[in-house]
Amino acid sequence: MKTTRRDFIKITSMGVGGLALSMSPVLGWVPGFLEDDEQIPDDSKAQRYPTVCEVCFWKCAGWIYTVKDKEGKEKIWKIVGNENDQHSRGRLCPRGTGGIGMYYDKDRLLNPLIRVGKPGKQTFKEVSWEEALSFIADKMKEIGNKYGKESMALFHHGTTGPHFEHLFKAFGSDSIAEPAIAQCLVPREVGFKATFGKGVSSPEPTDIRNTRCLVLIGNHLGENMHNGHVQEMSEAIDNGATIITVDPRFSTAASKSKFWLPIKPATDIALLLAWMNVIIKEKLYDKQYVEKYTYGFDLLKSHVKNFTPEWAYTKTGIKPDIIRETAYTMAGAAPAVIIHPGRHTVWYGDDTQRSRAIAILNALLGSYGRKGGIYFPEKKRLPKFPHAEYEEPKWTWKTITRNKYKLAPLGVTNVLIDYALPENKSDKKIKGCFITATNIVKSIPDQKKTIRALDNMELVVVVDTMPTEITGYADVVLPEAVYLERYDYARTNQHRKPNIALRMPAVDKPAGNSKPGWWIAREIGLKLGLEEYFPWKNIEEVLDWQFKKVGTSLEEMKKIGVKEFEKEDYLYIPDGADWEFNTPSGKIELFSNLLAAEGYDGLPKFTEHKQNPQGFYRLIYGRVPMHTFGRTVNNPYLNDLRSENHLWVNPKVAEDWGIENEQEVWLENQDGIITDFPVKVRITQRINTDAVYLPHGFGGDNKKMTRAFGKGASDSELITNIKIDKETGATGMRENFVTFLLEKPDKETT
Amino acid sequence: MRYGMAIDTKKCVGCSDCVVACQTENNIPHGYTRDWISETVEGMYPNLALEIRSERCNHCDNTPCVRTCPTGASHVIEGGIVKVTHEECIGCGACIESCPYDARYFHPEGYVDKCTFCDHRVKNGQDPACVSVCPTHCMYFGDLDDPNSEVSKKIASRKTKVLAPEAGTKPQIFYLI
Repeated sequence: MKTTRRDFIKITSMGVGGLALSMSPVLGWVPGFLEDDEQIPDDSKAQRYPTVCEVCFWKCAGWIYTVKDKEGKEKIWKIVGNENDQHSRGRLCPRGTGGIGMYYDKDRLLNPLIRVGKPGKQTFKEVSWEEALSFIADKMKEIGNKYGKESMALFHHGTTGPHFEHLFKAFGSDSIAEPAIAQCLVPREVGFKATFGKGVSSPEPTDIRNTRCLVLIGNHLGENMHNGHVQEMSEAIDNGATIITVDPRFSTAASKSKFWLPIKPATDIALLLAWMNVIIKEKLYDKQYVEKYTYGFDLLKSHVKNFTPEWAYTKTGIKPDIIRETAYTMAGAAPAVIIHPGRHTVWYGDDTQRSRAIAILNALLGSYGRKGGIYFPEKKRLPKFPHAEYEEPKWTWKTITRNKYKLAPLGVTNVLIDYALPENKSDKKIKGCFITATNIVKSIPDQKKTIRALDNMELVVVVDTMPTEITGYADVVLPEAVYLERYDYARTNQHRKPNIALRMPAVDKPAGNSKPGWWIAREIGLKLGLEEYFPWKNIEEVLDWQFKKVGTSLEEMKKIGVKEFEKEDYLYIPDGADWEFNTPSGKIELFSNLLAAEGYDGLPKFTEHKQNPQGFYRLIYGRVPMHTFGRTVNNPYLNDLRSENHLWVNPKVAEDWGIENEQEVWLENQDGIITDFPVKVRITQRINTDAVYLPHGFGGDNKKMTRAFGKGASDSELITNIKIDKETGATGMRENFVTFLLEKPDKETT
Repeated sequence: MRYGMAIDTKKCVGCSDCVVACQTENNIPHGYTRDWISETVEGMYPNLALEIRSERCNHCDNTPCVRTCPTGASHVIEGGIVKVTHEECIGCGACIESCPYDARYFHPEGYVDKCTFCDHRVKNGQDPACVSVCPTHCMYFGDLDDPNSEVSKKIASRKTKVLAPEAGTKPQIFYLI
């Protein structure tokens, strides 16, 4: 189906190529800011400004260095980590280092745009902020009057999110969701909450640097550059810790591991149950810990008694002696052992249960709340700047989500999308939305459904820095300043010690007519008559007020970037101390009362999942270390490092198909969906014969992203078979199978 | 004083931070790099080994690039760092031909460019940019003549290899394997 909203390429006032325009001179920049490349300045001669990286979710604090160019203008030179920051430990990852490319990218959005023209002949025109914001406010009021304010939904990601969450709650809607939840980490949050009374949150409090055994299940640390964890894994290697990696693919982490368990895809729970079986049967669990802190041991014991390594071998393909040896290794290292909870945990639709199994194994080994296991993180809470109280909406995301997915802790993007479809018969409808810093046609599986939902809305506002695919579906596009040009609320994420970090602009003014997210949200708020929710002039005022409440100030934070505070709670459970967990029994629940009370399995069960049909291969997707999803592929620095993805194919499979290395192929999935673009094949032993591997984020189809357009294939397109996690509504994406098309398919380009 | 590096292949994940840090620090044009990542896979599924290496100019003791340079633009400075004086380089490419590591490239402004070990940082007591950013701390830089330097100790305590030893260039970057 061809949709009219895709017609994004033309801009009425400018014609083709008109998007990168009326830019400030910096955006015409090519390297060469110095008179002589041999005269690189000293760090001590450069200006520096504190920042918090926005290239991924790890939120590393760093310093932006600027130097004077030939004309004496201050220019952004480089970004490095802040030595006093627990997230970055003074070192950014390639994406953080290359973050300056977001600022210098010539394809950036620089002016507000409004869709004009008749259906089928739609284009965008550049408009003033006044026009764009008035248009939005009028439409929001209209939708509020017609359907109720709850019908305006917010899809958000990143640091911009809170500004718009506040706007929406002030407006009267809590129809809010972020793809980072149901498309990523919610199963492990609920699995850990059910077991320990507390989710995992971010950064994950895994004490990797002190561990003696790190177990990674489908977690490709090192290809996902979760900075602090990658650094600590390196420390663990130096310390001689054992790494056990469970992955059907020989990942980078697998190559660093003493044990690589090349598991048959979708059988992880069988392996976890067998590990429990060995650890319980051979009495290798932490008896004192289990007795003192856990609930339901006997139920678990009888539950796993038949799940022997011999049984698991028939499911996983992992030999019984290896299952035993790895169980002994974990038990030998306990309690300094981590079965890592993972992050992107939406795989097969039984993901909360798999996360539960991981949590239970940690509990049996006594690693939760122990040195070298999982520590208790702490965060510094900054007081909220006083404003009028939000009015209670008539319904919220919870009303339409928890009737079905009882344990969803946060908004589920795919549920809100369902309520925006024309066939939605409920009296609760989503009729308009804001999409801030997330590309929901790429991040939410089943693209066609998302597009139908967007087409059925009366207002779609996109706030972003780049013309990503989602901007093609917007009625209004608002250009946001990149993180190097703006203030945001301070970072207050959890870590070993509570801390706060400041992001401030390193340039006088954002490029073009782009504006910071806080400004955009506030201006819309004022147009909606919500002054009492924005009783401040600018974010500096809010930040300074908040900082002064915790004994610092904006002025001091500008100099130090990061401030740590004394820890008030324990990092680990003191030896033998009484401890209360926030679960129904007050103990670590090996058997989950929370899950059982809602009608879910109280103990994790193994379910057989579909394996690849003849001639098809399971689509395994993942990350490359220099990119964050599809957000960075157009970044000139990071694109330079990796401009396209390669499809990993086993040599035997390549031989069967007569495919050569670097040959371009198209992929077709089990539902007949074919990739828009071809992808080059990398023939490698690192993948088995039943699967292929495709790094995520490539195959962009918006021509306005000139470096990313048409480079490689998009796994998102191929993910149409969705396995919903019963507890949370999360979208399991790993039961899709693809086959090769060696000739260019006869396909209508969308 | 002899500068050199040790790079731990057991820790490197091939993220390429060293590459982009060099580009920003040294103002390298897009499309060009002074350092890069190499990967070698050996074996058959599931018995596999992967070695990942961050590579660059080896600042060799025996320097064919300096010998072949007709203008003296390629030269060795204190500590054994091999450099190119841009104004003296005529872009003939003889050094590029002679380098067994493919560590030099034509800069779009007409001269040959390569890794400098970030001598502008080293003179201030800082590590080269690539070393200073590496999230895996897999690179060690320092004085190979000093047996107490971190880099010397790493080399002494581990099995090492150099690249293309058969070329006889005496490279000064040691891979810990």
